[in-house]
Amino acid sequence: MYERDQGANVSHRKQSGDEKAMSDLREHAEDIHEQFSDHLEIDVDDVESRLSNLVDEYRVPVDEARRSVTNHYLDEAGLERDALGGGGGGGSELIAVGDIDEDEAWHTVEAKLVDLWEPRSDSIAQVGLLGDESGTIKFVKWAESDLQELKEGAVYRLGNVVTDEYEGRFSVKLNSTTTIEELDEDIEVGDDAEEIEGALVDIQSGSGLIKRCPEEDCTRVLQNGRCNEHGEVEGEFDLRIKGVIDDGLDAHEVIFNQEATEDVADITLEEAQEMAMDALDTEVVADEIADALLGKYYRVAGPVFGRYVLADEVEELAGPTDVEDTLIKARSI
Amino acid sequence: MSDAPSREVARRAFASEFNDSSYTFKESDDERAPVYALLPTGERANRVFFVGTLTEKEDIGDDNEYWRGRIVDPTGTFFVYAGQYQPDAAAMLRDLEPPAYVSVVGKPRTYETDEGDVNVSVRPESITVVDADVRDRWVVETAQRTLDRIESFDPEADEYAAMADEHYEMVIENYRREVVTALEDLEDEQEAAADPA
Repeated sequence: MYERDQGANVSHRKQSGDEKAMSDLREHAEDIHEQFSDHLEIDVDDVESRLSNLVDEYRVPVDEARRSVTNHYLDEAGLERDALGGGGGGGSELIAVGDIDEDEAWHTVEAKLVDLWEPRSDSIAQVGLLGDESGTIKFVKWAESDLQELKEGAVYRLGNVVTDEYEGRFSVKLNSTTTIEELDEDIEVGDDAEEIEGALVDIQSGSGLIKRCPEEDCTRVLQNGRCNEHGEVEGEFDLRIKGVIDDGLDAHEVIFNQEATEDVADITLEEAQEMAMDALDTEVVADEIADALLGKYYRVAGPVFGRYVLADEVEELAGPTDVEDTLIKARSI
Repeated sequence: MSDAPSREVARRAFASEFNDSSYTFKESDDERAPVYALLPTGERANRVFFVGTLTEKEDIGDDNEYWRGRIVDPTGTFFVYAGQYQPDAAAMLRDLEPPAYVSVVGKPRTYETDEGDVNVSVRPESITVVDADVRDRWVVETAQRTLDRIESFDPEADEYAAMADEHYEMVIENYRREVVTALEDLEDEQEAAADPA
């Protein structure tokens, strides 16, 4: 929201000469200068003029300009983005993991290591789930950051972790600037799982047989054989449903992963691939799934990531429905 | 993400109430703003979900296919119309042999007849074949949602109830009676099925 407001200011500035936009750019420039203070001799005015060039001359939104200018200095310093600490003097603010709702933000979290997963690549030292009272969040610890080993069940104060977002799901990355302090306390990890019941009223595009980027830790869904990050790649097949479950009061967006999709649609990834091969079209899989599932009732339980509920458990609500209680109520009003 | 328009909820209403929902309105002056049909029990509906028995279908188009389906619930008949801009739903109506239980997700549409009456129909987004259990579940769910609306109906406190009060002369009590009848029919069916004497 903060950055969007800034963008609005900048566009007004063209007409009104709003002084505020100018000072905002200056603030951004000072932030960037601060971030690089340990790495590079740069001049605040130089930063500001680069920002101003993008924002005023090329009408780039401020947040995008800031990213671009930051990347320029990263290149110049030969640094990775992770090498930079959060803005403002290296002290990032403590946040509840359930409140994390922004990409590329620097925070401190106090959380329990709930679960360690098997890293899928050598570049990842540890990956798993952190939790505090507000819920849980995925974390990734890079091998090259050379941080201490985290133990399952222990509670840590992690300073300067950076957030990442993918398809509405947030994670935190531990990097070379992250400080790790084990705390002598226990945390009751909150349950952020949601259970919803209703009719499946829509199956959205991007459902059915899809291809994902095979690059390490990427897994982005390919569009016409291209990954947004890595360009043209040989994709790996996956099966999923992006659907809407609606109970007449709320519409919930739900993602069924491969396992949940195979389970609920009664189709395996291999069968889906054969089906698509026979039809010379991957769309047939989504059509088949829609025919089988749309307009029926389901109960879905799983964690909430952004606007999506991830369906860990799915159950079709089949069989007879009890009438008695509703009838008693209908007669009594 | 928070400023992405949220998806319109698919309201649940029986055919008798839906067909009375002839008053439509927008919440803003924007040309593309969603159009809502006003349910007489005091709720706005830009989308509906219902399950019933497809009893008849007919291609009433001239040059292009334009399918009309009659879908019956315990209180009345939903009319759905699907043409070239609803290819999946139109194909479904073309292929289906009535009678069949179907689930429909769609948008309310109104049109004025030559006699000046306003007819309410549904432009389907999807039509799928389901079984009797899904139909029964919908009847109970729709009864619950309708009762919730009737119970909380208060033109003093709620803007859509106030709107219904202003634009309609229907008696809310009638919708409660239809809920009771729909549930009684369902209970009778279930008892008959359990005890086929």
